[in-house]
Amino acid sequence: MKAFKVYAIKNGTVIDHVPARKGIQIIERLKLLDHENIVTLGIGFSSKRMGSKDVVKIEDKELTSNEVNQVAMIAPEATLNIIRNYKLKKKIKIRIPKVLKSILRCPNPSCVTNHESVESRFLRVNGKDRPYTFKCVYCQHVFIRSELSFV
Amino acid sequence: MTKLAFKGRDIISIDELNRHEIEYVLENAAALEKTPRPTLLTGHILASLFFEPSTRTQLSFASAMMRLGGSVLGVANSESSSRAKGETVYDTAKMAEQYADIIVIRHPHQGAARVAAEASAKPVINAGDGANQHPTQTLLDLYSIKKTQGKLEKLHVAVVGDLKYGRAVHSLTTALADFSPHLSFVAPKVLAIPKKYLTYLTERGIPYSEHEQIEDVIKDVDVLYMTRIQKERFGDPLEYERVKNVYVLSREHLRGVKRNMKILHPLPRVSEIACDVDETSHAYYFQQAGNGVFVRQALLGLILGKL
Ligand SMILES: [Zn+2]
Repeated sequence: MKAFKVYAIKNGTVIDHVPARKGIQIIERLKLLDHENIVTLGIGFSSKRMGSKDVVKIEDKELTSNEVNQVAMIAPEATLNIIRNYKLKKKIKIRIPKVLKSILRCPNPSCVTNHESVESRFLRVNGKDRPYTFKCVYCQHVFIRSELSFV
Repeated sequence: MTKLAFKGRDIISIDELNRHEIEYVLENAAALEKTPRPTLLTGHILASLFFEPSTRTQLSFASAMMRLGGSVLGVANSESSSRAKGETVYDTAKMAEQYADIIVIRHPHQGAARVAAEASAKPVINAGDGANQHPTQTLLDLYSIKKTQGKLEKLHVAVVGDLKYGRAVHSLTTALADFSPHLSFVAPKVLAIPKKYLTYLTERGIPYSEHEQIEDVIKDVDVLYMTRIQKERFGDPLEYERVKNVYVLSREHLRGVKRNMKILHPLPRVSEIACDVDETSHAYYFQQAGNGVFVRQALLGLILGKL
């Protein structure tokens, strides 16, 4: 693993290749400030792949799959490095999952999910030469990422 | 007919039926029209959950079930019963599953039928969920087209009116795309067909054209599918006044049209088809509504595993 400009952690998760200035969103989204874990945010590192990137380090925590999916919606290109005893145990390239359950809110006011307590469900739709779009399983409307907010 | 698997299936969206399945339903509907089966569903119960009124659809489903010997449990005035008490779609479907073998639901919210299907172990048919889907309408439209034209393939179909919000038009467009049609869209600019449907057609190599006048296409088409233009859709009332009479079909228009040309309309109509059209050989909208009973019979019989 490449040396980071911030210190190495013993156990936990390093979220790398976060688009620049988006790291703070991940911290807020995962409610990391509500817990005791030590969190380090690096903003604006230079990156060959991305030009500029953020890095989020969370000590003593591994993400649940739901948390990983939330990170994917903020940083679809991110890499997760799981660290155990200072060693890189696992490197996971984040992917937006095919089905997103209870993560996104449907922006369609007539959608049943906005009127009854139904768990929201979106399907990832692969377009030709287009970024992903997301289809609400219920009202069947298709949205681009920027139209969608978190539950 | 090779048997296709329909037993226990939910019918929520027309997109979930492929071309062969659509044809299969239509063939079964034709067989039931020819030879009634008054005891096919004896002992079976349909729960009819209408969270918003739609007399035509509700009666059509009830008639279909009863003509096959089945019984119907209806929530006659849902506005004043479960919905007013705040009973959810999920709970209503869970309850209905205890009493019936198959559930038909209509609800103003998009996706409500999917919620009912997820709640219920018994099969669910969507009879309209807001602006989203009404698959049996599309099936009866296709049945009417096939019955009057003798085929579904390679027809020139024009759809007229509110193409922006018209649920029936959107579903029919996507369903017809599997049958190599030529499609013409006739609408005022503000109610033009959404781009995503045109992209869908382009991707499939289906020729289409857009127009603002019925006269542009009426002499060429096999089917003229009329829809209602609602005043509420216009932000500017003046805009409505300008177009409202352009999309009224009268007897005048029918001079020189193809002999086989039929006029369809999902009903209810307001003023978009003049009454003097009704007695012409081209008017087919009332028979079209009647055809709904045959396609619904076919679906009920297939889903309950009796056809
Ligand atoms: Zn939705």
